[in-house]
Amino acid sequence: MSTETKNEKSVVLDQDGHLANREDWTKELAQDLADHEGIGELTNRHWDVINYIREEYEKNGDAPSIRKLTKESGVSTKELYKLFPKGPAKKAAKVAGLPKPKGCI
Amino acid sequence: MTKFITQDKKNGEEQKESSPKPIEKVSIVISKGSLEEVYPGLIMANGARMEGIEATIFFTFFGLDAIIDKRMDKLKVATVGNPAMHIPTMIGGLPGMSAMATKKMKSEMEKLDIPPVREFIEMISDTGAEIYACKATVDMFHLDESDFCEQVDSIITVGEFYEKSAGAQIIFT
Repeated sequence: MSTETKNEKSVVLDQDGHLANREDWTKELAQDLADHEGIGELTNRHWDVINYIREEYEKNGDAPSIRKLTKESGVSTKELYKLFPKGPAKKAAKVAGLPKPKGCI
Repeated sequence: MTKFITQDKKNGEEQKESSPKPIEKVSIVISKGSLEEVYPGLIMANGARMEGIEATIFFTFFGLDAIIDKRMDKLKVATVGNPAMHIPTMIGGLPGMSAMATKKMKSEMEKLDIPPVREFIEMISDTGAEIYACKATVDMFHLDESDFCEQVDSIITVGEFYEKSAGAQIIFT
């Protein structure tokens, strides 16, 4: 593995699978994270969610609740669960390079 | 291509082997109809879906009020017989006490971004969770399908509830 191509780089995740260092995040890395999480190709709708939760995180220091997200990002609950199957709040936070959300809702 | 390296909790090698199997499915029974007894089940069901856990909610006895179209917006907090309310029972029984406690709880919930019951049920249904009403209670209260909100998938017997709960953790509230 260590003698791989020049394009390969290593990124450290925390024990929950979120980026250990938020500064590592780039748009390109988001796609790699999405592949790693089994989400696949990121569409514009995925990016609507990612950009929104990144903005909210900047403002409030935590990812928004799903209720707030669906009300303000224009992505419905149903669509959100389709875009990020198997746990949308955590999956979206992972792809957006943010820590695990703290809220319950 | 990016290689992802996961930090270990205790730099341990055997961590993976020792961690128990995650919960994959929950079946939540809501059997009571006061606001403070409906919310915990709803929060747990929604929380399960947020974690990617399958969830089914089974409403039974007075819990049915939370999915009866005409009643679900009017659930009240019980102010009598609950020592944790810190209101003496005699005071809690005075007219208006329950309405006041209900208003207070609803406003606190809103602050936490916890939706009102109807919106919460819609949200939970949209996450892909299944919502059922208990047949025995429906018969006892002389109700039928038209009494329920549209998110209710069907009216099922306790036997069907157990069938649908195959492989799930059952949580009674």
